[in-house]
Amino acid sequence: MARKGADIVIETLKEEGVEYIFGHPGGAIMEVYDALYRDGSIKHILTRHEQGAGHMAEGYAKATGKVGVAMSTSGPGATNLVTAIADAYMDSVPVVFITGQVPTHLIGNDAFQEVDIVGITRPITKHNFLVKRIEDLPMILRQAFYIAKTGRPGPVLVDIPKDITQKISDVEIPSLEEVKSSLPGYKPHTEGNPQQIKKAARLIAEAKRPVLYVGGGAVQAEAQKELVELAELMKVPVTTTNMGKGAFPESHPLALHMLGMHGTYYANMAVYNCDLLIAVGARFDDRVTGKVEEFAPQASIIHIDIDPASISKNIVVDVPIVGDVKVVLRKLIEEIKKEGAKLLYPEERQKWLEQIEKWKKLHPLTYRKSDKVIKPQYVIEEIWKVTKGDAIIATGVGQHQMWAAMFYRYSFPRQFINSGGLGTMGFGLPAGIGAKIGRPEKEVFVIDGDGSFMMTMQELITAVHYRVPVKIAIINNGYLGMVRQWQELFYEKRYAEVDLSIQPDFVKLAEACGAVGFRAEKPSEVREVLEEAMKVQDKPVLLDFHVDREENVLPMVPAGKSYRDMILEDGKKGVEADTMYLVG
Amino acid sequence: MSDITAVKAPALREIKKGRVRKHIITLLVRNELGVLARIATLIAGKGYNIEGLSVGETHEKGLSRMTIEVIGDDVVIDQVVKQLRKLIDTIKVRDLTDIPHIERELALIKVHTATPRARDEVLRLTEIFRGKIVDVSQSTYTVEITGTEDKINAFIELVKPFGIMEMARTGKVALKREMASTEEEQLWK
Repeated sequence: MARKGADIVIETLKEEGVEYIFGHPGGAIMEVYDALYRDGSIKHILTRHEQGAGHMAEGYAKATGKVGVAMSTSGPGATNLVTAIADAYMDSVPVVFITGQVPTHLIGNDAFQEVDIVGITRPITKHNFLVKRIEDLPMILRQAFYIAKTGRPGPVLVDIPKDITQKISDVEIPSLEEVKSSLPGYKPHTEGNPQQIKKAARLIAEAKRPVLYVGGGAVQAEAQKELVELAELMKVPVTTTNMGKGAFPESHPLALHMLGMHGTYYANMAVYNCDLLIAVGARFDDRVTGKVEEFAPQASIIHIDIDPASISKNIVVDVPIVGDVKVVLRKLIEEIKKEGAKLLYPEERQKWLEQIEKWKKLHPLTYRKSDKVIKPQYVIEEIWKVTKGDAIIATGVGQHQMWAAMFYRYSFPRQFINSGGLGTMGFGLPAGIGAKIGRPEKEVFVIDGDGSFMMTMQELITAVHYRVPVKIAIINNGYLGMVRQWQELFYEKRYAEVDLSIQPDFVKLAEACGAVGFRAEKPSEVREVLEEAMKVQDKPVLLDFHVDREENVLPMVPAGKSYRDMILEDGKKGVEADTMYLVG
Repeated sequence: MSDITAVKAPALREIKKGRVRKHIITLLVRNELGVLARIATLIAGKGYNIEGLSVGETHEKGLSRMTIEVIGDDVVIDQVVKQLRKLIDTIKVRDLTDIPHIERELALIKVHTATPRARDEVLRLTEIFRGKIVDVSQSTYTVEITGTEDKINAFIELVKPFGIMEMARTGKVALKREMASTEEEQLWK
């Protein structure tokens, strides 16, 4: 059937099951918008900035596990997507970005609103395409979705010149089989090498002090059941990265919570002292390892990851297993059961768990309480209580993000949505809106910083426009808090350009946008405004919490330092070296 | 006292710091728009300069072979190879550095040969090196020579005293010798 390129775009997206497009129109993409309008079956969310569209698509993808779609016009529209593309790349988020491009005959001419977006995004996409012939259009779009969601997921960009969207063609939408065979160089490994799995099973049985170190890959693979089974079967404590939150229920007795720079004392102690580290869908990021030479210095390392290039990138591992985390864990559990699930040193394993309990008691996650000023950690705990631990939490980047990671307890995958790899301020609000659109049945709380919120706050009006009832809690300390914290700790309190005490009145801002606004300035008001906010279900609510300005995120391992340089919650600098070692 | 072994001192993790040396990487790639840029971007993104690069079509339609020379740390180059393998347009990537392989390069060298003695000498050297004189003028010979890098370098050294007017080298092409494969390659199978 002959139809326009723009109609082919819509037809292909429908074939891929796309429900929502987050985007912003413009000259070069107008034909596609016209086709979208005429077809009417895909819902479009008109964001107020393309960056917002990108993060919404990410939030949608992270919350649902489906592929997100963001669309923009050429030139500035496309460059405004770049931050979101880089963010999706760092966090392996499956998003297809569609950009308009100037007509083919003008490409390279410095035409109006022309930019080489394929060139710009080459290092920050899993793959990208410039469509040069209308006949290739449906195949390229289908390849884009296939590449985005399989293997290690990631962003894929498709740049479509305007004349391609206007041309007429009767090209058919290819089948999935045709798509696969058109990509001979792309074959993600999912199964895992059986020899290596056997070896891993043996090491787990032999280990005296094992730790599971779980990352975002386990969330992507939705391997919670397998992780719990493995941990319980072999009595292995589990620490998760920032991206891995929710992959293992944090209320579980074996949970060590987060490790690394702002990890718990007990998670870092466990990793420092373990003799076997089982890395699952995690990539040994520098925020996790600190000084690599002193990361798990006595441990053998098993690394399960779908991406062969992630293995032995930062740390040389002993047992590499390339495959889908869920598939490999399932096989590993079978292998362990086949051998009778016996521990070689059950007494040592028991002692190890007891030691970890001691560490948990010695330095639990805590903060100095106050009834005079609102402590940010207290706000997070109260949000956890009013939402019964069941909300999806989206955050910006900074102190509030770390507090949200520490003081909300996560129990299911895709519950904690934040910018882990790129650390994009402004991620929270649009990502939360995308998450709520994808998971309307869930309460979605955006926990944002005042600095982070300012970067994409125009999307508040998008949430009002589409009646997306997200709750936005601004942890307002009038500072770029994380930078201020570093300046306090490492730059002798020289607070260079971090004061944000001149801010808009966030409550009035919310009201100006047609949302609901509340403010809390005393600890006694926190619970009250949260309960009020929970009653509003038809529009966004913004909560402005005026918190203790100079509260720090602790514990903390200074960048590039070892776990033994950890600063504890009481502000004590450095951990006594003796406590780093196992003692009786 | 507990039975848990008290650990005396942390055995520092040994990081395999690689040697820095020249690597020769061969890639079979789909002949798609931007594939060269993609590969060059990836290598440049790791902070390395490409020393030599050659591309040409293979006997299979739509497939090209690239040979890349890059100087770098063994461990990081291993990363680069893995990343190159992940590119959608690459069918096969191999670091040939430690694998038996054949490599060849072609050079065109325009030598100043204004005197009869120079013409005799350059002709003789060209024969010794199994090169060919492909262009002649009143005062120059242009020599075509193929071989390993060493051989071409040796020839250049010998004709340098006569005066090299211009020169072009292709960069290497390389193929793995049959019956050679690496441990690492088998690991992912």
